[in-house]
Amino acid sequence: MDLSFLWLALGQIISPQTIAYALAALGLAVCFGFTGLINFGQAGFMAVGGYAFAITSVHFHWAFGWSVLASIAGAVIFAFILGIPTLRLRADYLAIVTIAAAEIVRYTVKTPNIAPVTGGTDGINGSSHAFDAFNPIPVGRYGFGVLTYDQDDLWIILVGIAVTAVAALFVWQLMRSPWGRIVKGIREDEDAVRALGKNVYWYKMQALIIGGVLAALANIINIIPTSLQPDNYGTQTTFFLFTIMLLGGATTVLGPLVGSIIFWVVLSLADGILSLGVQYHWLPITQLQQGPIRFVLVGIALMLLIIFRPQGILGKKREAYFGA
Amino acid sequence: MPKSTSPETTAPSGARPELFIGTAGPGVKKTDPILVADNVTRTFGGMTAVDVAHVEIPRGAITALIGPNGAGKTTLFNLLTGFDRPTTGTWQFDGISLAGMPAYKVARTGMVRTFQLTKALGLLSVLENMRLGATKQGGEHFFTALISSLWRKREKEITAQAMELLARFKLDSKAGDYAASLSGGQRKLLEMARALMTVPRLVMLDEPMAGVNPALTQSLLGHILNLKTEGMTVLFVEHDMHMVQTIADWVIVMAEGKIVAEGYPDEVMRDTAVIDAYLGAHHDTDLGSLTGQLEVAKELGDEFLVSEISDEIQEEPKNGK
Repeated sequence: MDLSFLWLALGQIISPQTIAYALAALGLAVCFGFTGLINFGQAGFMAVGGYAFAITSVHFHWAFGWSVLASIAGAVIFAFILGIPTLRLRADYLAIVTIAAAEIVRYTVKTPNIAPVTGGTDGINGSSHAFDAFNPIPVGRYGFGVLTYDQDDLWIILVGIAVTAVAALFVWQLMRSPWGRIVKGIREDEDAVRALGKNVYWYKMQALIIGGVLAALANIINIIPTSLQPDNYGTQTTFFLFTIMLLGGATTVLGPLVGSIIFWVVLSLADGILSLGVQYHWLPITQLQQGPIRFVLVGIALMLLIIFRPQGILGKKREAYFGA
Repeated sequence: MPKSTSPETTAPSGARPELFIGTAGPGVKKTDPILVADNVTRTFGGMTAVDVAHVEIPRGAITALIGPNGAGKTTLFNLLTGFDRPTTGTWQFDGISLAGMPAYKVARTGMVRTFQLTKALGLLSVLENMRLGATKQGGEHFFTALISSLWRKREKEITAQAMELLARFKLDSKAGDYAASLSGGQRKLLEMARALMTVPRLVMLDEPMAGVNPALTQSLLGHILNLKTEGMTVLFVEHDMHMVQTIADWVIVMAEGKIVAEGYPDEVMRDTAVIDAYLGAHHDTDLGSLTGQLEVAKELGDEFLVSEISDEIQEEPKNGK
């Protein structure tokens, strides 16, 4: 029996994808967990940030730093576009607008008319050159068994971990500051905060911007070792991020990071176990059904989580977001 | 700190301060108004919820805003504090025009409000609730927030201010608890204490006594009277007549969006317009009895209702046995 999937699952702990989702989920926690904004467009922010980065670096040959800035600027502009009309309204409107806007982004970049710039349905490859140019790690292969990385894999993993650590510190500091107190107050009751002389609208906008920028940075980490594919930014990505955030604890800083690790490790394990089950005919399913079934399990896990442990793994019971 | 304390408030108790000029009535001029509103109207579709031609709130006094349900008291509150936009109207708070100003800016001018349905921030601790009310905390700005040393000193001052207020409201032992764990009455106290963290000049309380048990009522009354002693002006909406008579210096009566009477509490209570508007023309009719209901039905001119009730009255003795 081939048990190498166990190693692959273990490797998910530090995969760039895990790191990217941790960072994006952290951004979502700033919006949803701390400020109470129902942002269903986190995948849209990832897409905007990713395209801004990939287009400027691949087509315009911008230096890496400028491309990152373009990505951040893209997320900020997207946050303003979504926030200005909706943040004055009730929370549900933001949910509707963000989920729609994320889909608009995805369909727009796939439009054949602008495919020369966006790559259409193929997306954009090769945005990693500028990043890899900085790589100080000597050429070679590192690791053991199935977990071997070349110098570029290792480089993005290390940078990704560093960026995520800095982002986590940044969010932690914000949330223990008076700024954090205000956004948490807004989550509880925005009129009460407004009555105390705080510009609620602007704080909500700032939270949306921070969440969006973290998603944009996350996607840079995500696409550098692979490529930019428009269909990766559908609504399912947003709901993966919600699962990750709720799994770890929406009102915690480390929750999204832990949640992302667990999510991808479990998904990878489930894949391995299911494929063994198919191979040895333990399960009455075909190989084709194996992929979707993983996601059925994700859905069930999300439901069980919200019913039995709404505060997530790291959250405090009394802070349960869905609590009575 | 309150900018100025009018001589009235420092006058010895017993001698009633003269709050107004001329004869008492709707829109009467005050000797020293803190809030002056003109032509404030608000329509929802075809319905006029508020239509106030002129009103002045006396400084340094406790003013009660009373009236039946649907009189527009809370709507007027929302308009004055920027939580709702009037259809027409201007108003000045201490000479600052507030028309069109967003709610948070109104609060910053020194005019703070509470809500009818208490808004304790449940998943914040009681102390954090209090700190949220504080002003001049640089750490509320995004970039300053990132460096603790820039806001830690002010945070200490705020915490001291908060603990002092909490002690006064007997909530200091709860400082570390989630506000969600407080009782309804304690939440009312917390909301009032939190409003005081902004160091207001005018405190607007929307039904401070709603849902408060009688034991706490007394202490709440004491706290409201204290605000006046400290030089603040209080405007509150209330249904409890006893409370109005106990603590209010001035009473404004609203009905159907308009101000129908103004005056000292004891005088206003005798005003027939007020009695009709507030208590209704049938305030001494017992609606629990069928004869009482019959009387009202007759006056309404509803023949169907009259015959229904009359039938029931005739049947009653049979059913009773």
